[in-house]
Amino acid sequence: MSCSADHSESVDCTVKPPVFLQIGDAKGDSARSGVCVVDVTLPHGKPINIEKITFKNYYTAYVTIRLLRRKAENEGSAKWCTALSDLALMDNPHTEGGSQNYFSIHRRQMQVEPDHVESLRLILRQPSSAWRLFNLEEIRLFPHKEPAPVKEVSDWLSNLIVVKQPPDLEGLPDPQTVSSSIQQMWALTEVMQANRTTASIGRFDVDGCYDINLLSLT
Amino acid sequence: MEDGTDLSPSIAQIVQRLRGSHLHSQLERQAKDCLHRPEIKLESLKEDVRAFLKASGWEKRLQNAVYRELHVQLPQCHPTTPAEHLKEPLAYMRKAQASWEKRVLKSLNSMSTELGVPLARMRPAGEQKDLTNKWNEMGTDEPDLSRFRPVYAPKDFLEVLISLRNPNHDSSEDMTVKSHWGLIQVPLNVRDILQLRQAYSELNLNNGQLGIDDHAHVHPVVVEQDSAAAQQYSRRGCPTGLRSDLWALTLNSTNQPQDVMHYEQLKAGVIQHDLLVDYLIYKDVKLTASNDDYYFVFEDFLYQVMLCFSRDTAVLEHFKYNSATPPKSYIHGKVGNEEFAVLYPPNGVIPFHGFSMYVAPLCFLYNEPSKLYSVFRMMYIRYFFRLHSISSSPSGIVALCLQFERLLQAHLPQLFYHLRQIGAQPLRIAFKWMVRAFSGYLSTDQLLLLWDRILGYDSLEVVAVLAAAVFAFRAENLMEVASLASAEAVLADLSTLKVMPLIQIFLFATAI
Repeated sequence: MSCSADHSESVDCTVKPPVFLQIGDAKGDSARSGVCVVDVTLPHGKPINIEKITFKNYYTAYVTIRLLRRKAENEGSAKWCTALSDLALMDNPHTEGGSQNYFSIHRRQMQVEPDHVESLRLILRQPSSAWRLFNLEEIRLFPHKEPAPVKEVSDWLSNLIVVKQPPDLEGLPDPQTVSSSIQQMWALTEVMQANRTTASIGRFDVDGCYDINLLSLT
Repeated sequence: MEDGTDLSPSIAQIVQRLRGSHLHSQLERQAKDCLHRPEIKLESLKEDVRAFLKASGWEKRLQNAVYRELHVQLPQCHPTTPAEHLKEPLAYMRKAQASWEKRVLKSLNSMSTELGVPLARMRPAGEQKDLTNKWNEMGTDEPDLSRFRPVYAPKDFLEVLISLRNPNHDSSEDMTVKSHWGLIQVPLNVRDILQLRQAYSELNLNNGQLGIDDHAHVHPVVVEQDSAAAQQYSRRGCPTGLRSDLWALTLNSTNQPQDVMHYEQLKAGVIQHDLLVDYLIYKDVKLTASNDDYYFVFEDFLYQVMLCFSRDTAVLEHFKYNSATPPKSYIHGKVGNEEFAVLYPPNGVIPFHGFSMYVAPLCFLYNEPSKLYSVFRMMYIRYFFRLHSISSSPSGIVALCLQFERLLQAHLPQLFYHLRQIGAQPLRIAFKWMVRAFSGYLSTDQLLLLWDRILGYDSLEVVAVLAAAVFAFRAENLMEVASLASAEAVLADLSTLKVMPLIQIFLFATAI
């Protein structure tokens, strides 16, 4: 599986605190806003090609992703464009489904190529008044890597060392038959290792002893 | 978010689980043995062996095994999702479940200390021999159970569910038409009648429902041994004579030699060690099934199944997708040493008052202990565990309670309002039915028809629908009561109810 990406592979970026959009007077916050904007900026002068964006939802219903990018490295001016429009994170904005799930958005799902990206803008929408807060957490960006060339695994196994001169055997078994049967046994153990069963043995005691303390409360 | 590559982790997971299983070695042996057959040609070896496996029914067995794995497999999710999120995605529910569990464990610990009964004890050789001899009649020689009490009863659990709150949920609005009148205050997504009509279309009033006739002939579904077909068939009820086969097929529960051996191993575990939970099981059976007109004859079976169930570490697997966590302990004198950490009971499930009622109805279908055990275990790890753990699953008890209340409020608002006013919240009456999936409240044949649908639709939703349908059926009487006690009295006896007509009328004849 390719998705064993560590946190160490994600790119350093700054996630700004969310800015809630208000209508009219910014002071009057009696009505909770259902839209907020989260800016994610990359270190200056280090635009990246995005492979995927991952995050954990916290009661956001829809997310729109906009990218500030250039056509090519250091060429032309940076322009904003929409990579993803109104992706639904919750099946129903009023109920819990998807509200705290982990999501991953791959570059293939985006409407534009997320290359030479300098900054991202995530527009979060939560139209339901049922929730006090909504946000995205643990936002991570993963850079696009060119696939590494497949290394040639030296096929040492099939390079049998041919005995140039048959040694003087007296009463000893033929080395060819011995080596081929050993090879068969080795292949069998490899097969057995590959077919390791996930079934457990079923013992619940420790060496026959099940005299326990009280139950652990932690 | 759908990606073509999304299937491959699922496939890889299923392959890994089936690899090395008994079915895998049987398939390999079959493939090897068939090489002698004349129709297998070297040039087209792969296709010929595949065709042979298909014709001899082995492909179907593999399909059934995959089908079973799909049912217990974790839902496809983001790869970096932590394990606790897979058990339960909502943080506040995890927290509530953890604190409930702590209460239960404290209660068990204090019971052990107060009564001076150890949590686990190795039986001396004489006692082991005695138990082996009277294995088939454990009901006759009961220990002194007067000091024991159940660890908790469903009503204790209900109080916990009522107090569940999402800290991010804004419920500061005053009581309006839109607000929820019931006791459950978490905003889970539950289906309404229109959505239920679509999902349960086979229960439409136009479709005949089976279960009354007893067919002598063996149905093609059973001949084909197809799990998915058996499940689909169960949606309209199983004929009494075929039910045991159909359920076993749907659950892919086999009774092969290794299953019998596994059961014998569990029995040995019971003989060797005496557990405190055993007394809880005895007490539960004595209080519930033994007092029931339908189930008292199965008392000995119940002990055999439940005691073995407690020793079964294979049940631990289901904790991957259960929000609950098995209780942990350490061997005497080795507290904190992980090498001596064990789970208690071995299967991680602490029985509560009424637990044996999950097993009792199955005794009508299976008379061989290892088969009965195998089916019960599958039913538990697929469905019953959801009835006593706090989770956001649509089949979980929280969602069922909410669905029941929503259905009632939407379609019988006068009744709901009236019951609220007199202090008889409907859920307080219906909860005990739902927690046991109606076992012990309906007559057995009706109960089995209900459980046919649980299997057929792979969901416990039908339990919530039935609860609402029962209230609808007795609505006239309930409108006239003036207290919780009288409401309970109206709904005390459900043994005469016919389950399927009630559900059909409620789902398909209610005016929207």
